[in-house]
Amino acid sequence: MLSTNRESPPPAVGRAAMKKELPDQFKDHRHVWVFIELERDQVHPVSFELLGEGRKLADKLGVQLAGVVLGPPEEATWFAVAEAFAYGADLAYLIEAPLLADYRNEPFTKALTDLVTNYKPEILLLGATTLGRDLAGSVATTLLTGLTSDCTELDVDADGSLAATRPTFGGSLLCTIYTLNCRPQMATVRPRVMAMPPRGNNKIGRVIRHKVSMIEEEIVTKVLGFLSDGQSETANLAYADVVVAGGLGLGAVENVKLMKKLARTIGADYGCSRPLVQKGWMPADRQIGQTGKTIRPKLYIAAGISGAIQHRVGVEGADLILAINTDPNAPIFDFAHLGVVTDAIRLLPSLTELFTHRLSPHSRDKLAN
Amino acid sequence: MHIVICIKQVPDSAQIRVHPVTNTIIRQGVPTIINPYDLFALEEALQLRDRHGGEVTVLTMGPPMAEDALRKALTYGADRAVLLTDRHFAGSDTLATSFALSQAIAKIGEAFGTPDIVFTGKQTIDGDTAQVGPGIAKRLDLLQLTYVAKIVSVDINGREITVERRSEGGTQTLLSKLPCLITMLEGTNEIRRGSLDDALRAARSQIVKWNAADAGIEDLTKCGLRGSPTVVKRVFAPPERPEKAEQIDTAEKTPRDLAEELIAGIFLRQPALESELAFDGEA
Repeated sequence: MLSTNRESPPPAVGRAAMKKELPDQFKDHRHVWVFIELERDQVHPVSFELLGEGRKLADKLGVQLAGVVLGPPEEATWFAVAEAFAYGADLAYLIEAPLLADYRNEPFTKALTDLVTNYKPEILLLGATTLGRDLAGSVATTLLTGLTSDCTELDVDADGSLAATRPTFGGSLLCTIYTLNCRPQMATVRPRVMAMPPRGNNKIGRVIRHKVSMIEEEIVTKVLGFLSDGQSETANLAYADVVVAGGLGLGAVENVKLMKKLARTIGADYGCSRPLVQKGWMPADRQIGQTGKTIRPKLYIAAGISGAIQHRVGVEGADLILAINTDPNAPIFDFAHLGVVTDAIRLLPSLTELFTHRLSPHSRDKLAN
Repeated sequence: MHIVICIKQVPDSAQIRVHPVTNTIIRQGVPTIINPYDLFALEEALQLRDRHGGEVTVLTMGPPMAEDALRKALTYGADRAVLLTDRHFAGSDTLATSFALSQAIAKIGEAFGTPDIVFTGKQTIDGDTAQVGPGIAKRLDLLQLTYVAKIVSVDINGREITVERRSEGGTQTLLSKLPCLITMLEGTNEIRRGSLDDALRAARSQIVKWNAADAGIEDLTKCGLRGSPTVVKRVFAPPERPEKAEQIDTAEKTPRDLAEELIAGIFLRQPALESELAFDGEA
């Protein structure tokens, strides 16, 4: 893709410093919206994470938080509405239509754009999933408004503008981006970047129904089929509770199996840092970091990963980070909780062996006795 | 068929360094490359051309030095290269970028034939936004097919295209129509080694250079910083963590000793984990 960020970040002068007043046509834009991603009867968890973030923004602004649900007239769609309330929405916008059954760019862009034009939110958040990114880019371009992707932090500043912070230059730096003269201010956030808020018992509140302004015959693209990745094949890394990953410190492609074996032993999912994907040792969907997946496991074991910022931003949310690296100055030790300076290739088999022993049903019985 | 592929020249991110005091990117001496994600789109475009005939036009927006990326694309076998360069484009965000590129693509259509397919990569490695492709599609009213893993079939006369598209948790098969915009998923093919003929041709080729006016852009307020709704207000290095990792002393210890200490350290910090870690009995 082309020029997706500035050739060089401009200094904080110009419009930003001038704080030009919002053009009149946008002054009645109010409230925070979260797009609830519903696909094949499932709400993507990132939608709940966004509701948690959206709640904070709405409270700071003193406005309402709305969930936006687009789906077929089926139970799952209503369930998504109920879930939006359970995770903190004050109200919901709902468009139900058979043509919204499977995600397609045309009807979803039309439906979401219609809602925005009619009900005028000031902030619109979407998950940075394949669906969310496909949709957000189209909607922002249709509305000619600003869209900041892959945010790692969202806040509102003193005058109520959305301050969207995201990594830039492959995660070497962070930048805070504003959409000053357009509304809504749009942002996407990747799964697992924000913490999952607790699910409340909120009752369903006000639901504003809107009609879709499209008929199936107008939609060019047809869905011929869907092939699920299947549970076993899916790298559902982002939501794994325990993750083991390897980096260049594994030394050779054969050693990747040492890392995988440890993962299997402790029931963990596995991943890698970017260089292993570039070398072709691991598939791209296993990459952890800014350009890969963001994880928030209870335990993360990084074997032979140096911990460049691009990797760091993808793992910082882990409860416990254990780092194994031969280089005592590797940046990973700056953000890991527990570190050992040694060769991962030598340590991994011992870790696997001792975990096997400690976790085997037999030894557990002994512990219980 | 006529295919336009948009590429971007990016700094090789593996070699990016940040100035510790000014927090700016040190660009000096950092080699530039074609955005790696774009190469999958370029190869796909070349394969379609080889199969169906026609031409591949490669387009980039950037400073004059972006010509290098275009010439490289020609060595892989692209037929024509267009460089969109104008200081009015400086500071473009994704919306302004998609405006300029879509204008240029429309102009390419007038000059060299309306494109049947416009390709982009999935995203760039320096911006990572994945927004420019959808932006171009919307502005040119092209059908938008993102994260395409495979082009199953193209029927040029029937104006139909079938693709497999990566979606959350699976692969969607879509039947759509030409003209369309495709953003190509990584790992879908491998860029060819250009032929010697292509290398020679690339060296001799005239690269089409357009400024904003050449590309038919009349409204300069839609370009560059002025045409960008987003403003970067602050650039900063990620804050340091106050605490560093607690290091396990390795002196005179076997890997087994270390493993034992590590496991003890894990369960000391997260006692609940012991009952949660699953043992599958095969390890």
